[in-house]
Amino acid sequence: MISLLDQQAPDDGFAGAKLATDDNNTTGRFLGQAFQLIDAPVGGQDDPLAALASLADQGIAFALVDLAADGVLKLAGPAGTRGITLFNIAARDDNLREKDCRADVIHIAPTRSMLADALAQYLVWKKWTRWMLVLGSHPEDALLADAYRRAAKRFGARIVDERIFKDSGGARQTDSGVIQVQQQMPVFTQGAPDHDVVVAADENEVFAGDLPYRTWTARPVVGSAGLVPVTWDASSDSWGGAQLQNRFVRLYHRRMTALDMQAWTAVRMIGESASRTKSADPKAIMAYMKGPEFGVAAYKGQRLTLRDWNWQLRQPILLSDGRNVVSISPQPGFLHQVTELDTLGIDRPESQCKLK
Amino acid sequence: MRGRLGCAAGLATIRPTMALLAFSFVDVLFPARSQALTAYVSNERDNTISVVDLDAMKAVKTIDVGERPRGITLTRDGHFILLCASDDDTIQVIDTKTLKVVGNLPSGPDPETFALNAAGNLLYVSNENDSMVTVIDIDARKVMAEIPTGVEPEGMTVSPDGQTIVNTSETTNMAHFIDYKTRKVTANVLVDARPRIAMYRHDGTELWVSAELGGTVSVIDPVAHAVKRKIGFEVQGLRSDVIQPVGIRFTADDALAFVALGPANRVAVIDTKTYQVKDYLLVGQRVWQMDFTPDGKLLLTTNGLSNDISVIDVAALKVVKSIQVGRLPWGVVVAP
Repeated sequence: MISLLDQQAPDDGFAGAKLATDDNNTTGRFLGQAFQLIDAPVGGQDDPLAALASLADQGIAFALVDLAADGVLKLAGPAGTRGITLFNIAARDDNLREKDCRADVIHIAPTRSMLADALAQYLVWKKWTRWMLVLGSHPEDALLADAYRRAAKRFGARIVDERIFKDSGGARQTDSGVIQVQQQMPVFTQGAPDHDVVVAADENEVFAGDLPYRTWTARPVVGSAGLVPVTWDASSDSWGGAQLQNRFVRLYHRRMTALDMQAWTAVRMIGESASRTKSADPKAIMAYMKGPEFGVAAYKGQRLTLRDWNWQLRQPILLSDGRNVVSISPQPGFLHQVTELDTLGIDRPESQCKLK
Repeated sequence: MRGRLGCAAGLATIRPTMALLAFSFVDVLFPARSQALTAYVSNERDNTISVVDLDAMKAVKTIDVGERPRGITLTRDGHFILLCASDDDTIQVIDTKTLKVVGNLPSGPDPETFALNAAGNLLYVSNENDSMVTVIDIDARKVMAEIPTGVEPEGMTVSPDGQTIVNTSETTNMAHFIDYKTRKVTANVLVDARPRIAMYRHDGTELWVSAELGGTVSVIDPVAHAVKRKIGFEVQGLRSDVIQPVGIRFTADDALAFVALGPANRVAVIDTKTYQVKDYLLVGQRVWQMDFTPDGKLLLTTNGLSNDISVIDVAALKVVKSIQVGRLPWGVVVAP
């Protein structure tokens, strides 16, 4: 975390799931359906499998998983045997939807390639096609950088320079930190060939937040800071979004994050399928969700549907500057024979997923 | 009723001098307002109402109102505009003679739209943030009842016989039928995603509900409480996901229905016998709400993104004019 404003709330994600459960129950009242949410916190040292087993013993059929990719993979097999469908609300790893895809894992979180494509389309639309790519030294940063390289190639941008920012364990801008950062960032970005934007790939919030206003040449920063691709932003008020934001702030006394939205969407998908099937049978609910009729409204101006080749949720991606939604991708002109939303991320023909 | 509303302790509004000057200037231009056919348009982003002279076909005055004005209607006698000032959590009462805010109704939080009962003394309000429909006695300015409905209540309408109130809920995706007398929900009909507007035929035989994200209009049998037909839309060259039905209006003889298609920038004209779309009329951008002139000859549409209203000649099925109003026009009502 670089900005104090980015401090994660203890109930980040969970609050979104709670709100959606309330929404489901309001709807369920008219259909004689009730929804219950159980919290199973998993600490750094805890085995998520134990938590899953305990939930299975309580008869849970759907589990939202807020874990990194390895955690999701670890749960996927055992969940399937206990009849639990997992909803991956956090892990962005493309491999979970590709070679490691599973029939009973639904992905609400967008992939790195979806996020990178969403940003890339906007940059290309803006004709900012010469990118300086700056990535962190963590493995996730390398994956995100891959996604940006792929996006550049797909949409006709060029990466004119690449640099790696080594995580040497610095802290926030306390005391002399500001001065150091002010010296460090211009030098770090010095001497690059002409570029239109600096694309930062920094998933662990090590350096990207320090880049804006400090680059050697005056260029906008995008990616992990500056203009950021997200599934939700607290300023998004289009398509009735203001109502959701108001409801959320009133209940939880903070702004709604992307993780909250991903959890909200997962729970609403379950609720929507339950009300359409008028059933509480998990099999019926999942059959509907995986069927052609399914779609969920999530304040994005169109119904969100599932990719039936890897159970990834299709969704528009917002480009946020932290105060406003600057644009929403897919951008006009990026066409697709099925749905423009499939211009974001790995599409069916390229997919390596074989659902089992 | 008029006296009681008029003498209310209105909100004191302090305006900068420039605005006052503009006001008196427009007044001079527009002395004979009562003669002309007048439309009132709520501008969600400007916190204003545009007063449109339909003889001159232009906006002649702007009224400053509360925050985020959306639903707009007139009292049955035409003396007052009722306006949902959503972010002020109130319904404002505006005198159509003086065009001044003269009072407020206790609407409950975040009122979005409303419907008057047949007698015109009760107002049914959807409270979008609260999953509630509030019933207000207009004369007494009192909340008579709060009726729990689905998540994000939106469309409100009253059946022609006055016995049933219908509310749609955008996130619950239902039309809720409420009994006028008992004020209890008697039936819930699931429709497609994000229902916006519910509208009875004048003869009461059908209730039509638009689903903005579902892209359909459900035709509901109001006795059986069942969807008997779904109307879909297709516009050459447009992606299906930009066809988002919102406003619905029937001609007085119920022969035609007009459905506003949001970002498709078109109004569909539907033959109510065959349920077939017979025409798509190109209007301004993101068309939502509509209202007929009292003679039924013109239909006005609010176009949120182009900041104008389109005027449709109903007999010719032609768009004859677009009139600039404020920013993000939401609702429109034409004075009798």
